[in-house]
Amino acid sequence: MTKQQVLDLYFLDARHKLIEIAAFLDRAERATGKEDFRLKNFRAALTKLDGTKKNRAKNILLAFSDPTTKPIGKATSKGAVGAYSKIK
Amino acid sequence: MRYIEPHAHMVSRTTDDYERMALAGCEAVCEPAFWAGFDRSSPAGFFDYFSQLTEHEPKRAAKFGLKHFCWLCINSKEAEDVKLAEEVIALIPKFLGRGNVLGIGEIGLNKNSRNELRVLEMQVELAAKFDQLILVHTPHLEDKLKGTKLILDVLKSNKRIKPERVIIDHVEEHTVEMVLDCGMWAGMTLYPETKCTPARAIDILETYGAEKIWMNSACDWGVSDPLAVPKTALEMKKRGHLANAIEKIIFSNPKKFLRQSPNFKLGS
Repeated sequence: MTKQQVLDLYFLDARHKLIEIAAFLDRAERATGKEDFRLKNFRAALTKLDGTKKNRAKNILLAFSDPTTKPIGKATSKGAVGAYSKIK
Repeated sequence: MRYIEPHAHMVSRTTDDYERMALAGCEAVCEPAFWAGFDRSSPAGFFDYFSQLTEHEPKRAAKFGLKHFCWLCINSKEAEDVKLAEEVIALIPKFLGRGNVLGIGEIGLNKNSRNELRVLEMQVELAAKFDQLILVHTPHLEDKLKGTKLILDVLKSNKRIKPERVIIDHVEEHTVEMVLDCGMWAGMTLYPETKCTPARAIDILETYGAEKIWMNSACDWGVSDPLAVPKTALEMKKRGHLANAIEKIIFSNPKKFLRQSPNFKLGS
């Protein structure tokens, strides 16, 4: 596809998602109480959008990933939350 | 357009879904064994589930002209109880001779625990012993990267496992390359929120090529879309992919992998 075709096909969708992210951050900031590791992870992941580096999707996925390499002792839950915390 | 749905949990779907899939061009649906949304209390629960997958579900699919195939295993979400897992694994050989069984799957990891890893190794060994194809589930979200690496280590360490007979499912941008580099097949799951969207799945195809990749809906009892594959095919068309390139991804590639099982026959 040409850049023009990509923009024609995906610009409005991407614009909509970007505004949703902005609104989410505003909403989280307005809310009371303490935030947890997910928001910190989220802000760190946002920095991967910056600049001219390629593979942004991959780098954002890596930013949310568990970087350790050893199996854990025991699974105490079945679900995933989308962000990694050293303390669970 | 014809397609194969290589990963769908049809026991959780309605007959309306079978009808919609058939109308969209689906010729065959392949159903890996998975977690029911709750832990089963005994091996007898799995015996009934394996009977459902090998006896009842093919009849339900046939009412809509669809061939139904399945994979058997205990899912990693139920692998913390190793004794239960051993008893369930002992049941599986009794079912491997049934006509719609393609192999062992979807085995893998969920939270990357030691017991999950132990049960994965047992099931990889089972597949090696009975010369079965393997379908692997990789963990969700933050656990996927680490889990995929651990899974690949287990598979590579068993010298009887041929990489071309293994599909590693639910790959995303950060895991697809390491899977393909091992000579294994990669599956992309099309989910509305987690895993891949249609647009990202096509990005991956355009970046890494279309030789050993398929896409699936993995529709189940959660938020998922049984028509995700044909919808992604439509998105490919919008992006200018030619009809034969689309057919390769949604029909020829899954057929090529699955035909390695003697039980995978589409008929005329």
